[in-house]
Amino acid sequence: MVARWGTLVAAVAIAGIGIWYFVAGDDPNRVTLLNVSYDPTRELWRELNDAFIADYEARTGKKLTIRQSHGGSGTQARSVMDGLRADVVTLALWSDTDALRRKELLAQGWEQRLPFNSLPYYSTIVFVVRSGNPKGIRDWPDLVKPGIGVITPNPKTSGNGKLSYLAAWGSVRIRGGSEDDAQAYVKALYENVLVLDAGARGSAVTFAKRRIGDVHLTWENEAHLEVREAKGTLEIVYPVSGSIKAEPFVAWVDAVVERKKTQQVAKEYLEFLYTDAGQEMIARHHYRPIRSEILARHRNRLPEMELYPVATIAHNWDEVQTKFFAAGALFDQIYAR
Amino acid sequence: MSSVNQRVLPGFGLSLGTTLFFLSLIVLIPLGACFLKASTLTWSDFADAVWTDRTRAAYLLTFGASLAAAVLNAVIGLLLAWVLVRYDFPLKRLFDALVDIPFALPTAVAGLVYASLYAPNGWFGQFLVPLGIEGAYSRLSIVLVLTFTGLPFVVRTLQPVLESLDADVEEAAASLGASRWQIFRWIILPSLWPGLLTGFALAFARALGEYGSVIFVAGNMPYRTEIAPVLIVARLEEFAYREATALAVVLLLFSFTLLAVINGLERWSRSYAS
Repeated sequence: MVARWGTLVAAVAIAGIGIWYFVAGDDPNRVTLLNVSYDPTRELWRELNDAFIADYEARTGKKLTIRQSHGGSGTQARSVMDGLRADVVTLALWSDTDALRRKELLAQGWEQRLPFNSLPYYSTIVFVVRSGNPKGIRDWPDLVKPGIGVITPNPKTSGNGKLSYLAAWGSVRIRGGSEDDAQAYVKALYENVLVLDAGARGSAVTFAKRRIGDVHLTWENEAHLEVREAKGTLEIVYPVSGSIKAEPFVAWVDAVVERKKTQQVAKEYLEFLYTDAGQEMIARHHYRPIRSEILARHRNRLPEMELYPVATIAHNWDEVQTKFFAAGALFDQIYAR
Repeated sequence: MSSVNQRVLPGFGLSLGTTLFFLSLIVLIPLGACFLKASTLTWSDFADAVWTDRTRAAYLLTFGASLAAAVLNAVIGLLLAWVLVRYDFPLKRLFDALVDIPFALPTAVAGLVYASLYAPNGWFGQFLVPLGIEGAYSRLSIVLVLTFTGLPFVVRTLQPVLESLDADVEEAAASLGASRWQIFRWIILPSLWPGLLTGFALAFARALGEYGSVIFVAGNMPYRTEIAPVLIVARLEEFAYREATALAVVLLLFSFTLLAVINGLERWSRSYAS
């Protein structure tokens, strides 16, 4: 009998917790924000959120909770479209944020609402190689040499993969190569790809833990994390001819903040990114702060390099999507038979 | 008042109603929505989305690997169920419980673990890869993880059947001079067929839909190790919902057909056995 009562109590308790979890409402004195972001920014936002929460509570006396959601940038955008109530979106690609504008979740001209066109920081794609760089990989043309194993995620399913592909394409174009040259180059590059993981962290595991491949194309900040965790077995190579300028724009989601009455706090939250404190944190996490005077102070960890904007390879992100990544477009043609 | 209900068991209307309600809510309506979404495509768009060299290669791989895994599961599962039912040995209960692990473990974890074991620097990989056996980032790796995720189905469907077999039939056969192989082939196997087929079908169906473990271990190279669900996710990333559901519909139709065939086989073997 005792055991049976125990089971009953446990069952009721579990059911109770479950129901409470789904039903419990929000405390009116507590402001809650949901920030929907992309994968590698976990550590960055944790620190930024703590700092902003302290600042906000000191100024207003209200309790603030910031929830974070991370995942592939495109997947995250789709979740918001499908009803995830994000107050702010901080996604990897302009096209993912603008997809929300098309669904009328964001106001027209959302880029104009925050300083620097709503771009608090930027980043780029760099190479990670085995310690000592045994294959002598210095620049993009080295990646297509025979016998070089490349690790990069699938551009179709990963923001990191998209940027890596575009960086590779752009590296040919800025040297004056034609589009045909660029296509031939990326085809050769993807023939050297050994594993096409679905996401950025999957590629990092394949390269760093499984020790497959000679070079890993990844976000600059991820490269630093990867090298630090590998304890001397990996190192970063900044491609000599430069790389792509990755621009993760930020925006508050009008449709959500209007209903939740969180316009003001969402706006202050994003403006905080441009303050000295915010920009310093961004730099410490190896993202490049948009304010040049702050960036200048961190040149030791964010060395100067040529960064070509997406405009060098297409007019805008819509064109990037249709030209490279749509079904049957240039990326698919690499694998066409 | 004469009752219209001629059934012996009461509550038929209520229980059927409840069944249909939950079946609709959980299975039929989501599937219907899938077909509805795909039906907004024109025929030629549908065909372009689902029938290219690359999608055909992916279907073939998905079905081929699932079939191989289900066959492996049938063999290993039969053996496991036999050992667990017929013999007594220390820690038997523990081994029995271990069979359910693939149900409980997130499949992505399984994928990561298999990749780390069979990668060239892994415990198994360091010996197998020099022999030319690539157990990670290859087609073989897909079969391996699918075998893992489907393992419990055959074991769990066969165990009760084996337990309910009457020993006296086997004893009678033995006393009439049948060899061990003859007993197994002509006495035991016929009663196991239906259960074996059910377990096989379940493991097969489970493998067709598996995504989480495969993407971590397969390498996802087009034409070689790219399964159909990867293509679906790729289309979703383009916000091409309709094309993605079109691919899903094709997979569903294939699966329905195969499951129907297996069910037919099972029914046939049941009537044959009795």
